[in-house]
Amino acid sequence: MDFLSDHSPGMLPGNRNLPPLQGAVEAPHGTTIVAATFGDGVVLAGDRRATMGNVIAQRDIEKVFPADEYSAVGIAGTAGLAVEMVKLFQLELEHFEKVEGAQLSLEGKANRLSTMIRSNLAMAMQGLAVVPLFAGFDIDREKGRIFSYDVTGGRSEEHGYAATGSGSVFARGSMKKLYRQDLTEQEALTLVVQALYDAADDDSATGGPDVARRIYPIVTVITDEGFRRLDDAESSEIARSVLEHRLEQPDGPRAALL
Amino acid sequence: MSTPFYVSPQQAMADRAEYARKGIARGRSLVVLQYADGIVFVGENPSRALHKFSEIYDRIGFAAAGKYNEYENLRIGGVRYADLRGYTYDRDDVTARGLANVYAQTLGTIFSSAAEKPYEVELVVAEVGVAPEGDQIYRLPHDGSIVDEHGSVAVGGNAEQISTFLDQRHRDGMTLAEALKLAVQALSRDPNGSEREIPAERLEVAVLDRTRPQQRKFKRIVGRQLARLLEADGGSAPTDAPSDTEEGEGGESAAATDAPESTDSGGDVE
Repeated sequence: MDFLSDHSPGMLPGNRNLPPLQGAVEAPHGTTIVAATFGDGVVLAGDRRATMGNVIAQRDIEKVFPADEYSAVGIAGTAGLAVEMVKLFQLELEHFEKVEGAQLSLEGKANRLSTMIRSNLAMAMQGLAVVPLFAGFDIDREKGRIFSYDVTGGRSEEHGYAATGSGSVFARGSMKKLYRQDLTEQEALTLVVQALYDAADDDSATGGPDVARRIYPIVTVITDEGFRRLDDAESSEIARSVLEHRLEQPDGPRAALL
Repeated sequence: MSTPFYVSPQQAMADRAEYARKGIARGRSLVVLQYADGIVFVGENPSRALHKFSEIYDRIGFAAAGKYNEYENLRIGGVRYADLRGYTYDRDDVTARGLANVYAQTLGTIFSSAAEKPYEVELVVAEVGVAPEGDQIYRLPHDGSIVDEHGSVAVGGNAEQISTFLDQRHRDGMTLAEALKLAVQALSRDPNGSEREIPAERLEVAVLDRTRPQQRKFKRIVGRQLARLLEADGGSAPTDAPSDTEEGEGGESAAATDAPESTDSGGDVE
């Protein structure tokens, strides 16, 4: 990125001059991303909806990307800017790895993303914010970790579970009641899909599983074996089983009262 | 004021070429071979940290003989060129031909500019295709010319003798173990004709493997996997499938560019 800023600054998101404008810009926004850790790693999932005002801009947008072999980033906020930010982030990690011959530490990656979000602050102030969720497997500590961000690039590590985007309030509430320390991988996968379902249930900008069009959430797992995105069959199976149970219990599983 | 001596351009260039060639000849040779599933890089390198081979981009690998600081410089330049290209356009738009051209320009300019000493390096840029016909290997000598190679190529000190040896024995469709064996045989021949043993720890081996499920095809072969390949009977085929399963263990010790691609790939391949 330092090389790029010397060489062709115009390609960096933060270095563009913004036209003066009034009011909010209408651009597609991505909505809800959730993540949860489990024994062997971390899962990161996102719904598929992008909205522009009260219109659904895209039904099958992809908002979770591998950053490198051991980490992934899910994006909420202005879709166009966010996708570009992820692309640049991926490039930086790969570039560092090739030039130095070793990977950045997970902390290093998280800090780098923080700087990139901060460089977007001017646009964020005009309503074009990008708020990602970063999850990865820390090879040194041998566990999955989650980092959440605010629009100013403030970084905080989340323990257990985290959510970002418009439906995050509902998703977080859902995971708060369902999350346990000793989840297995399969349970963690179900947990994030449940959380996304709850988010879609209460937030109009978040899309639920679309059975008719066969559009299901994107679910990814990162363990010591690296990044893996569940294929359509696997993710539809989880989404369908969640849906099946919701037909009988529309509000989802009940947590114990005491 | 004294008039400088007249040196004919031919003589000046010949001197520079001589200088660069001597520098390159001091280094150990390395070979690049095509095999059935890709391209293999083999060289003798006592250092685990200073690599002679490295990844430039998804399908493109880089090998260099000569002075370390000079080729490292060129390597980083190449990675920057490739990453910038790929970011600006698309990953498919980064090609070995484009990269070789950039290297040729750089080497050529340095070679003929009187202000700088010529680089004492010889490079190989290789790109693995979807099928063996798509493989490309370019050799770039110190003066900035490009040689399009097929099958096998050797650079470094004893290059001529080694490439003659390889040309006679290399054939298309070799397995990785066969190609590796041939490469080690070629490298262990001394200029005076005698042979010496190169232990596995002193070998640096990397492949561009077109069968890898990942986008990035470059992989270092180290540790047990290397030992197994060297032991494997040249004729036996099952070298590739099991090799991936232990990739994780091997990769750790090198902590190289490629450590992340781990065991999960093994499942996909098989």
